[in-house]
Amino acid sequence: MLGQIFQITLLNLRNLPSRLGSSSVIVVGIGGVVTVLVAILAMAAGFSATLNRAGAPDRAIVLRGGSSSAELSSTIDLERSQYVATLDGVRLASGELYTVADIPKRATLLPSNVVIRGVEQSAFEVRPELRIVEGRNFTTGRNELIAGRGASAQFLGIDLGATVELRQSEWTVVGIFESGGSAYESELWADLATAQSAFRRFSLISSMRVLLEGPGAIESVRGEFENNPAVDLSITSEEEFFRSQSEFLTTLITGFGYGVALIMAVGAMFAALNTMYAAVSTRTVEIATLRALGFGSAPVVISVLVESVALALIGGLLGAAVAWFGFNGYTVSTLNQGSFSQVAFDFAVGPDILMTGIVWALTLGLAGGLFPALQAARMPITRALRGD
Amino acid sequence: MGIIQLNQVSRHFTKGRQKVEVLNDLDLEIEEGDFLALMGPSGSGKTTLLNLIGGLDQPTAGSVEVAGRQLAGLSSRKLAQWRSRNIGFIFQFYNLLPILSARRNVELPLLLTRLGGRQRRRNADVALAIVGLGDRAGHKPGELSGGQQQRVAIARAIVADPRILVCDEPTGDLDRETADEILDLLELLNREHGKTIIMVTHDPKAATHARRTLYLDKGSLVREAA
Amino acid sequence: MNSFSLIWSNLFRRRVRTFLTLFSIIAAFLLFGLLRSVADAFDSGVEVAGVDRLTVSPKYSIIDGLPVSHMSQILATPGVAGATHSTWFGGTYQSTANFFPKFPVEPRAYFEMFDEYIIDPAQLDEFERIRTAAVAPAELAEEYGWQVGDRIPIEGDIWLREDGSRRWEFELVGTYRIRDDENLFAGFLFNYDYFDEARLAATEGIVSNFSVRVANPDEAAEVSARIDARFENSINPTRTATEAEANRQFAAQVGDIGLIMNSILSAVFFTILLLTANTMAQALRERVPELAVLKTLGFTDRRVALLVLLESVLLCGIGGALGIALATLVLGAIAPDLAAFLGQVEMSAMTTFGGLGIAVLLGIVVGLNPALSARRLQVVEALRR
Repeated sequence: MLGQIFQITLLNLRNLPSRLGSSSVIVVGIGGVVTVLVAILAMAAGFSATLNRAGAPDRAIVLRGGSSSAELSSTIDLERSQYVATLDGVRLASGELYTVADIPKRATLLPSNVVIRGVEQSAFEVRPELRIVEGRNFTTGRNELIAGRGASAQFLGIDLGATVELRQSEWTVVGIFESGGSAYESELWADLATAQSAFRRFSLISSMRVLLEGPGAIESVRGEFENNPAVDLSITSEEEFFRSQSEFLTTLITGFGYGVALIMAVGAMFAALNTMYAAVSTRTVEIATLRALGFGSAPVVISVLVESVALALIGGLLGAAVAWFGFNGYTVSTLNQGSFSQVAFDFAVGPDILMTGIVWALTLGLAGGLFPALQAARMPITRALRGD
Repeated sequence: MGIIQLNQVSRHFTKGRQKVEVLNDLDLEIEEGDFLALMGPSGSGKTTLLNLIGGLDQPTAGSVEVAGRQLAGLSSRKLAQWRSRNIGFIFQFYNLLPILSARRNVELPLLLTRLGGRQRRRNADVALAIVGLGDRAGHKPGELSGGQQQRVAIARAIVADPRILVCDEPTGDLDRETADEILDLLELLNREHGKTIIMVTHDPKAATHARRTLYLDKGSLVREAA
Repeated sequence: MNSFSLIWSNLFRRRVRTFLTLFSIIAAFLLFGLLRSVADAFDSGVEVAGVDRLTVSPKYSIIDGLPVSHMSQILATPGVAGATHSTWFGGTYQSTANFFPKFPVEPRAYFEMFDEYIIDPAQLDEFERIRTAAVAPAELAEEYGWQVGDRIPIEGDIWLREDGSRRWEFELVGTYRIRDDENLFAGFLFNYDYFDEARLAATEGIVSNFSVRVANPDEAAEVSARIDARFENSINPTRTATEAEANRQFAAQVGDIGLIMNSILSAVFFTILLLTANTMAQALRERVPELAVLKTLGFTDRRVALLVLLESVLLCGIGGALGIALATLVLGAIAPDLAAFLGQVEMSAMTTFGGLGIAVLLGIVVGLNPALSARRLQVVEALRR
């Protein structure tokens, strides 16, 4: 039996080159589906990874009021920030001013919301993953800023040594920083006091990043806030904060990707069916001859399936390769609805996404080969021999 | 002067580097109203001769004048138009379009005329009645016997009322009895409707239905029998 | 019978193959219809914009806000025929999933400015008269089952009330319709006067932007420059652009949606092109003897070629038409779900006819090669086989 399957399959595959044109329909059709699916999923994965990377388990964000998402609309005064810094469970607190300015995108030259974060030294201590990779840090009291790697790549004029105008004041870019590919890399950072005076936000900050003592600390801080409603503060773990920000867009893109790929897949499956029916019909006499010689019908079925799955696999691998070489690491930026600011992110073609693509390809190959294979097996030998 | 006039006609093919001379300096005259059987061994050039007369092929040299028209040198477009008015073809394997009903198959050549749809159908039905298949107009070729299919093909050949019918082994795929019926039908078309018929055949009995028989060997007419 | 029915019969000689091909083409044009409509929805703010309206925004960032006191100076600018303002409210109705824009506005001035919004005059009077009144687009009211007279609670996030609470409540006094086309920015509207009084004192008098009607649309650029010049040295400088330009900039923040859609569509059409071309080539190979017969009957080379070409055009045309029709149905079904983040999504005439045009073009491209082979076909050769 196994020997039969092998023989017939080999026979099929050997005359594959003579059907190159029609076979390429399966390869290209399924390749197209996989390319689109992998590229769109990689986009969603890249976006969510960039935001989620910004979160650390022992960090939390303190905002004014019940809203858990908007750093932009939160305002914290000096009194409250000192209160937070001295709470039990808070190891280190960094008060930060968060605002946005319009800077043109390099790609479109249209103004886009870019985050400017005013910080003190503690901001770097709270985020140990952040490193300055070019230039130096800003100097306190000067209109200097450091730019994230992504911000520098996406926005016009954010180059080391360049001067940019932000809200009626001139700033010099003195350094470029990285933070493990997180959303912070889409931001511009400046000295807190300098930013406060330049942007007329005297002694006010937007939010606080706090480094917590331990896993239970966030609950004790939250309890403290709840017992003291007058302060009107809330605490959210950084992971939760970024997850909720990325959720909407990630779900949207992922849903969109599967939707588009599904419709394409239907088209590609019909194409595969077509090709395999044609393949079976051109081999009618050959298959019938084999059956007449005593080969069973199962080997015939399996040989047809093997052919369509093999072609689908080639298509899937090609599609995955196109997506990998074409899009992996491709940087774009979009408006993060959660923070109302631009986030630059890379398409992330990961192994799980590639596997998804290959699984789709194999499923389509199987679906496209099944009915033609059964038809081949059911064909009456005598009629088929006449070539009807 | 005959309706078909071939003077010094040669037809050569090149197969790879080899030159194959199928017809050599052939002269032939056929009068209007004749029924000619063309016989000869395989490869003797019968079909080539038939194709030349039917305007499907062009001679390498010589002149082919059919129904008052010099065919040598005509463009393929002119030839096609000429065929549609002057020639009806009948093939060994009928060559009907399997997707179309008998009536529609017969109607096909009329698509090239100015006739309206209703007139076309009427003419097609008349042609089917002449070949004795008036009651099979709605059937597809697959639902008809070989003899019936050949009758449909004959109806298709005569529907546009051409003066000449060109038949290539019209009974080659039929049993004796059916073949005789088809040959009787051709005879009828020749006698009653005045069609000039040229028929290639291998079958000496088929040739007896013709008015005269011509033998072709190695590209030349070797003998003419009455 | 005529040539058309000959083509038609040929098309369905191999039913399975034709239908499989047809379904692939349908899938491609279904995607075309959907993706183009989504891309159009992103651009819709741009398309529906009034030609004689300008948007005055804060110069540095749309989050900054402008003092409502700018109004008198804007109105005094030469070339300005009218002005009103609106404010981005943010906020949540019941759940964050229920996204729709909400704006405090000046009722009468707003509906005069946006004359594509149509409201019953009596309801507009009520809107102006009742302090806590609100009006909503009819589709929105329908979606959430609101009736006139309902009280609608909104949880504020940007704007707190004077007492520090976040709960705002409005009474629905009417609904409005949008002429021609739905627009992404048509929102839940309520009284600015009430909003301004009730919000935190520190934030009073701030609006998001002004809409300005110019007396002569040809002077839009000059009027924009004049307005910006007035506020250039103030603490709240402005940036004025035509409404279309302002909407385009807003939409562009999301990214180049059109480019993404077109990239996907290119991949889809490339695939379909290959598939259909293969089908037509197969169909032709099978039919060589028949085409030869047609030629013996006196069909000219050109006519036979045309038959083959038309067959391909017909196949692609039918597939395209069905795909577009299906897309219209699907869009109708999913439009309410998409409305939350895209506004009204509809199949435009441009997409419909553009799609059909592309379908015919696809048919020509695909059929060209088989048609040329059919034209070249030698009768004598073909019959010998």
